[in-house]
Amino acid sequence: MSAAAPGTTFIILMLPFLAALIAPWLTRRLGHNAAWLLALAPLAIFIHFLGFSAEVANREIVTGGFKWVPSYNVSFSWLIDGLSLTFVLLISGIGALIMLYSGGYLKGHENLGRFFSFMLLFMGAMLGLVVSDSFLMLFVFWELTSITSFLLIGFDHTREASRRAALQALVVTGGGGLALLAGLLVIWNITGVTQLSLLLILGDDLRLSPFYLLALLLVLGGAFSKSAQFPLHFWLPNAMEAPTPVSAFLHSATMVKAGVYLLMRLNPVLGDTVWWETILPVFGGTTLIVGTLLAIRQTDLKLMLAYTTVSSLGLLVMLTGFGSDYAISAAVLYLVAHSLFKGALFMVAGLIDHEAGTRDVTKLGGLRTAMPITFIAAMGAAISMGGLPPFFGFLAKEEVYYALWATDPWSLIFTLVAIIGNGLMFVIGFAVAIKPFFGPKVETPKHAHEGPVLLWLGPLTLTIVALIAAILSPFTHQMISSPMASAVAGTPETVTISLIPHIGAALALSLVTVVFGVLVYLKLDQARAAIDRVLIAIGWGPDRGFDQFISGIVRLSIAVTRIVQPGKLDVYMTVTFVMIAIALYAPMAWYGEWPSMPVWPADAQFHELAVFAIALVGLGAVIYARDRLTAIVSLGVQGFAVALLFMLFGAPDLSFTQFMVETLAVVILALVMTRLRLSASDHRSTRDKLIDMSVSLACGTGFGLYLLSVTQQPFNPYLSEFFAAYSKIVAHGTNVVNVILVDFRGTDTLGEIAVVMVTGLAVLSLIRIRSGFGNAAVADNDPDQREEAR
Amino acid sequence: MRTVIFRSIAPYLTSLMLLFSIFVLLRGHNEPGGGFIGGLIAASALAIYGIACGVAPVRRAIYFHPMGISAFGLLMGTVAGVLSVFAGVPFMTGLWVYPNLFGVEIALSSVLVFDIGVYLVVVGAISSIALALEERDRD
Repeated sequence: MSAAAPGTTFIILMLPFLAALIAPWLTRRLGHNAAWLLALAPLAIFIHFLGFSAEVANREIVTGGFKWVPSYNVSFSWLIDGLSLTFVLLISGIGALIMLYSGGYLKGHENLGRFFSFMLLFMGAMLGLVVSDSFLMLFVFWELTSITSFLLIGFDHTREASRRAALQALVVTGGGGLALLAGLLVIWNITGVTQLSLLLILGDDLRLSPFYLLALLLVLGGAFSKSAQFPLHFWLPNAMEAPTPVSAFLHSATMVKAGVYLLMRLNPVLGDTVWWETILPVFGGTTLIVGTLLAIRQTDLKLMLAYTTVSSLGLLVMLTGFGSDYAISAAVLYLVAHSLFKGALFMVAGLIDHEAGTRDVTKLGGLRTAMPITFIAAMGAAISMGGLPPFFGFLAKEEVYYALWATDPWSLIFTLVAIIGNGLMFVIGFAVAIKPFFGPKVETPKHAHEGPVLLWLGPLTLTIVALIAAILSPFTHQMISSPMASAVAGTPETVTISLIPHIGAALALSLVTVVFGVLVYLKLDQARAAIDRVLIAIGWGPDRGFDQFISGIVRLSIAVTRIVQPGKLDVYMTVTFVMIAIALYAPMAWYGEWPSMPVWPADAQFHELAVFAIALVGLGAVIYARDRLTAIVSLGVQGFAVALLFMLFGAPDLSFTQFMVETLAVVILALVMTRLRLSASDHRSTRDKLIDMSVSLACGTGFGLYLLSVTQQPFNPYLSEFFAAYSKIVAHGTNVVNVILVDFRGTDTLGEIAVVMVTGLAVLSLIRIRSGFGNAAVADNDPDQREEAR
Repeated sequence: MRTVIFRSIAPYLTSLMLLFSIFVLLRGHNEPGGGFIGGLIAASALAIYGIACGVAPVRRAIYFHPMGISAFGLLMGTVAGVLSVFAGVPFMTGLWVYPNLFGVEIALSSVLVFDIGVYLVVVGAISSIALALEERDRD
């Protein structure tokens, strides 16, 4: 079938990146309507991956990809089973709706094209993450989601709060990513495989290894930071500084679920141990409670929803770690339900903000008649979030209670945690869906009316999908839930829950939850005040801790900088050259292998002697030059002499390059020297002069001796013979030097040109910084005129 | 430095050198030359123009920001490496096609694309530095 062709899947996976490239151009041409075209990219992904659903529903695992660097076992390969397919469908499906929503929400924004680009990059990174089969690819995409979310959260970069939130998210999730990398390396070391598809059958090797705990903790560090588990939850609500479409996407389908994805993915391998079944539920449960309590306190619609995302992620982690098959089914159902209702509710919050001008729930009311479509979408999503029929959230919540309910104390604790968490989420869901819409009409900053189709299409669609998925639950389970649960559990699972309530403990617990929720809802203002008082009494939290951590690091780096970078160029130069001299002399002294005295060639040709003479004249000119420009140009003479030597001895390529490098070096040095404020005459004391002289003599003689000893070694022709023999056959080129650069060692060259570019950027910014301070860097062209020290 | 003679000759010299740099770039696979050296020649051509006529005309003449040229070159180099994925061979493997244009067989390759990328990176980075340094009077 066509869906299995690796080329097609690869192109489909690259589609968001390609769309990101053309997005700014398209937006310039079409304005916000470019959203319709750009949404085609995620739509194409959605349709392409639907093609896999038949195989995946049969519990097959589809793999494919390309080998990239076989020598390092690096490949671009994907693994598509129930878990990754569900994630792909959520990301691309919700992604398409979010693209449309962004078009409506940021209509007329001057940087809309850039925003579309960032969104598509983010989507591409997330898709790559969930389909990755190889560790390295997983890690690369993992960090790419951190970087792209940094760009998105800080999109409104003129605001201090945005920049701080973006930096915070990057530090926390990027740092977690490094822990993940270490964890993956440990796993690689234990098992010797780099493919997830192979790893999934090696679970026992890993669990019995003495390094299991280390690998587990490192992987959890990555997953917990990404999925905002307590106490690393603080970056997520701060990320609300991003425009609402970002929040909707971030929370429903993408980055914050990446950690949950990873835990689910590795459950068959790392799970089923005491550590796993203790750490995950404890942290998840704590996060659930902390998240909901903090959510109650908020009055901003987005922040209320953000904190419930924290708690939902906690619930997911708790269920993933709980260890029973029911718990895994519950996690799967809840994940899907959460994506649908949270995406919808965020878009509703943005809609209200966009149309009414405020997101503060205490300043909103009576919007029901003004915004009927929004109201319907919000109600549906809230019912799903509250876990009531006939929406998908109901199935998820029932399954949660099925999974947790038992009479042993461990289960009882988590049942209680789930009741409190679910009850409070019920409160928040309805606070978002009822408070702005019911009650007397409140005067809002903007005159509220229904938003354009681009804005309400997304939330309405998601709500309808949540309804249909629940009503057609056997079909949903067959296509989505069961394959995904099987992938997470590592053994075939069948999810059976339907909308018809079963008389029993789960139903009773649901009723308790609803009663608890309604009670809190009625007393919401008092609850908010109470939590506020507690928080003020504590007066400290991870968010402040983060600031202190960052300022501590900054202070540490300033202290270190003061020691290693005193800001005196002559100190740097002396240290550098002394180290070079030591490095040159030490090996020769240690092994006692001094070069023998070179003999003067008896058959020296005239032109060789001429080159030698030129070099000597140049040297003399450098030493006796009165001003710097002359010295620099004379120094160039040495380089030209060497280039001539290369040419005489049959290396035209090298000599060519040497000529150019030497010319440019002279030009750039001359330009630099004329910029510096330097005194005309030499102010060094005799002592300084002696030190400088000995250092330069040591370096000069060191290089001389070193080169002599290199040339006195017997020549090993292995490489040159290899390249001479193969450059024509393999690389179709006769210029061996160039063939090595662009073909045999192309990847090296790629790294080198990256270095060239980064160096260029660094030099450029150094020049800019210097001219940024005070007035122009140099007032006078004349290098020999003494300037007042700044 | 800005004598009348230098100023009059510099544009011609620069265009000749740029032309030569492209020649050197394209023949690099079989004769002495290639992207790196071609890029250096082009950068010195631009530096000459800058020294003779000032920085602003150079910036106008190259239209793009030199760092942008450099970045585009890096992208090109990377793309040339990634192309190999479509052929199912490891990263950076050279791919060759020989289209027949007006009866002449032309050898095109991903290696050439890569070399052009190197050229652009070098031109961009070096001339960016040189221009920024020359701009001292007006920043």
